[in-house]
Amino acid sequence: MTQKLIIIGAGMAAGRALEHLFEAAPDAYDVTLFNAEPRGTYNRIMLSPVLSGDKSFDEIVTHTAEWYEENGVTTRFGEKVAKIDRIAQTVTSDIGDVLPYDKLIIATGSNPFIIPLPGHDLDGVIAYRDLEDTNAMIALGEVPNAKAVVIGGGLLGLEAAAGLALRGVDVTVVHIMGHLMERQLDEAAGYLLRKALVDKGITVRCSANSKEILGENGKVKALLLDDGTELPCDLLVMAVGIRPSIALAAEAGLATGRGIHVDDQMVTSDPNILSLGECVEHNGDVFGLVAPIYDQARVIAKTLVGEDAAFVNNEVATKLKVTGCDLFSAGDFAEGEGREDIVYRDPAQGVYKRLVIEDNRIVGAVMYGDTVDGNWFFGLIKDKEDISEMRDTLIFGPAFQGGSPLDPMAAVAALPDDTEICGCNGISKAQIVAAINDGAHTLDDVKAISKAGSSCGSCLGLVGDLLGVTLGNEFKMPEKELVCKCTDLSHDDVRKLIIAKELKSIPQAMQELDWKTTCGCHVCRPALNYYMVAAWPGEYEDDGKSRFINERVHANIQKDGTYSVVPRMLGGITTPDELRAIADAADKFDVPTVKVTGGQRIDLLGVKKEDLPAIWYDLGKAGMISGQAYAKGLRTVKTCVGSEHCRFGTQDSTGLGIKIENAMWGAWSPHKFKLAVSGCPRNCAEATCKDLGIICVDSGYQILVGGAAGLDLRETDLLVQVATEEEAIEVSCAFYQLYREGAQYLHRPYKWIAKVGLDWVKEQVADDLENRKALAERFHYSQKFYQIDPWAERAIQGKDAHEFAPIADFTKVAAE
Amino acid sequence: MTDFIDIGSINDIPRRGARVVRALRGDIAVFRTATDNVYALDEYLPGKAGPLSNGIQHDEKVTDPMYNWVFDLATGEAQGADEGKVGTYDIKCEDGRLLISAVAVNPSVAAE
Repeated sequence: MTQKLIIIGAGMAAGRALEHLFEAAPDAYDVTLFNAEPRGTYNRIMLSPVLSGDKSFDEIVTHTAEWYEENGVTTRFGEKVAKIDRIAQTVTSDIGDVLPYDKLIIATGSNPFIIPLPGHDLDGVIAYRDLEDTNAMIALGEVPNAKAVVIGGGLLGLEAAAGLALRGVDVTVVHIMGHLMERQLDEAAGYLLRKALVDKGITVRCSANSKEILGENGKVKALLLDDGTELPCDLLVMAVGIRPSIALAAEAGLATGRGIHVDDQMVTSDPNILSLGECVEHNGDVFGLVAPIYDQARVIAKTLVGEDAAFVNNEVATKLKVTGCDLFSAGDFAEGEGREDIVYRDPAQGVYKRLVIEDNRIVGAVMYGDTVDGNWFFGLIKDKEDISEMRDTLIFGPAFQGGSPLDPMAAVAALPDDTEICGCNGISKAQIVAAINDGAHTLDDVKAISKAGSSCGSCLGLVGDLLGVTLGNEFKMPEKELVCKCTDLSHDDVRKLIIAKELKSIPQAMQELDWKTTCGCHVCRPALNYYMVAAWPGEYEDDGKSRFINERVHANIQKDGTYSVVPRMLGGITTPDELRAIADAADKFDVPTVKVTGGQRIDLLGVKKEDLPAIWYDLGKAGMISGQAYAKGLRTVKTCVGSEHCRFGTQDSTGLGIKIENAMWGAWSPHKFKLAVSGCPRNCAEATCKDLGIICVDSGYQILVGGAAGLDLRETDLLVQVATEEEAIEVSCAFYQLYREGAQYLHRPYKWIAKVGLDWVKEQVADDLENRKALAERFHYSQKFYQIDPWAERAIQGKDAHEFAPIADFTKVAAE
Repeated sequence: MTDFIDIGSINDIPRRGARVVRALRGDIAVFRTATDNVYALDEYLPGKAGPLSNGIQHDEKVTDPMYNWVFDLATGEAQGADEGKVGTYDIKCEDGRLLISAVAVNPSVAAE
């Protein structure tokens, strides 16, 4: 007797299940197939080539209406099932037909998740799921100057964006996370992917939160982000994920969780109803990949014909590909206990490879730019092969049979010929290489012939690398101090390459400069962050996670974990009102110690971390801002009372100190930077041991630099004497900028001057007036972006609130 | 069988960030790594290091903000030449919720 089998959904899972069923028992069932889409079965994965124009729809159809007809299937395409009656064993279609079943298969797949943003129901807001969506995107390509926004920087969103871009649409991808495809790729590969997409003309906005979809006459007009940016668009594609489609099953009273619960035989909680595909949940897992779903199709067919079969979810590695991007990700690449990385980077070729090893087996692989060995690694992951024998050469792939080790100078070799290596003398890479080829075989020869490295000398590391690259083994590199064990480059090298290669993020720098670790360490991350801050004001987004705690929470951590709070007092001048506010704050927050500092400020010591925003709020109300006593940046300008009060005073040292501090506060630098202005050579402000000190004299202002009064004790040297206050301020700013641009991270000015030479500093700041002016202008430009009170941002705008409060407190709960 | 207590959403901690859980037996630092692994460790190694939630994270390690000791987030072991170990606690993330072992925060257990 032929039983009646009804299948709801004609997707890939149903198509494959029927193939298996007809193979095993062609006449066992009288099959009726419902499909909400008005067509047969097609390979949904291949919609991307249809969108990009590489394939036609006909080419991706796997089971046509004719195929179903030949196999005796009654098709009801374009018709939905509205209701399942499990007692009567019938389904009711949306046009009211009632059909009985002996066995029912629910293969409803999944629904695209639509973020319920205001405006999500506007015309022109689509998902990327079926042929209709694809056709809407293809149609947009016909419209001149069309714009589209894709929300979602995962695989599907990027496929949509790549396809739209190929069709000439101006596309912006909006992604909530910090880098693209964060589930499949690490930061470095995400960076390279982003770069490739940008090269295709796609705009990528990461860490972007959508706020509202704006419309006009019921049609989408733009996407509004929560930072106020409006992205105009004619079509908005939401590709933020899928959810198992379980509504029909749940209404029928079947057991559901995230998906429809099925057992190993693909049977639901009703013995006559089976289910498979993206709509099911099996042992807590839901499915989005085709391989396990095809396994389910095999099992469900056997269950239908009464054979024994059990579905086992083999957690196989998965691999993926984005249109036009050489990208590979397989297995699990998350870092974890007992896991080690093997990383290979070739900055010149834009190649990144990373293998994650656990117990001598590869558990994950991420590759970008060169993925030819991907399938080999994929095999090793699947087979759980022991790789300890070939570990040293593993990353080079199966073809590797010994050979030379990696070239640590690849980043330098890859620089374009016209890259400026020596900024002081304007010497390019090509000129240096020419000098080397003309017989300059030592650093001194290169200095003499090309002049490169003959001034401040900070480029000598790179010149040495060029000698190495050009001469090979003939040249023996002098030892250089490396940033840390994560790189073969020195601080000077890194600073110069950040500018030369326009590196504007930490992952980008690590990739392009051939970093040996995936994400650096506590030594290189803060240094890179500072170099970016200094090189790209207004462009670089500060990475708080690469800053030490004091700079992250804008207060000084004390040994008991409390913090100290020092408000700014320009030039060391305060008022009764400020003092009252400080006293009130000290009372209110039970501050145990109030101390006057060496830099003429008042320090509130022992403030609890969670109280910081509140105490800042109170101080801010009285007009005070952060004194940045915690910063590798401008600290204090100490002054004496000067000619306003003192009988010896030659100039208004207090007034000048306030002007300088007003110009400089908020600036970051390689290390802390302290100033003082004394009104006469008696030097009550102790200016001669500061990073920059000014001694006022009758004829003007002596600018002194490079003092120290810490572990090292050092008197300042005279940089220049100037006649006017304006010049004194300009020289101070220019000197600070020269130090900010050139010194290595954590070097105070005196260390930097010892390296580059006082004469060179004088040339730059004292003698060359044009250069002085340019330096000061660059400083003022940078200040536009950094002269923002960090306390107000946190106390009033609530920035970084997570830094200050505990996530949970069980001490109070317990006390109740 | 370990009991777990919900302490908040994974999104309450930024990537490479950390937050503190206050418990009667002492503060616990909860870390979220760049790849969304979560770990719970004692905030202090008394007399030696901490508060660890204030450190810089890199890979699956954290550098102590006071003396630059580096601790493995999974084992709590100090790395390199430094010797010491902070306590670690079971923590997991399920459906975006952070669940910490009840033993870590339960005062009655602490009193035993």
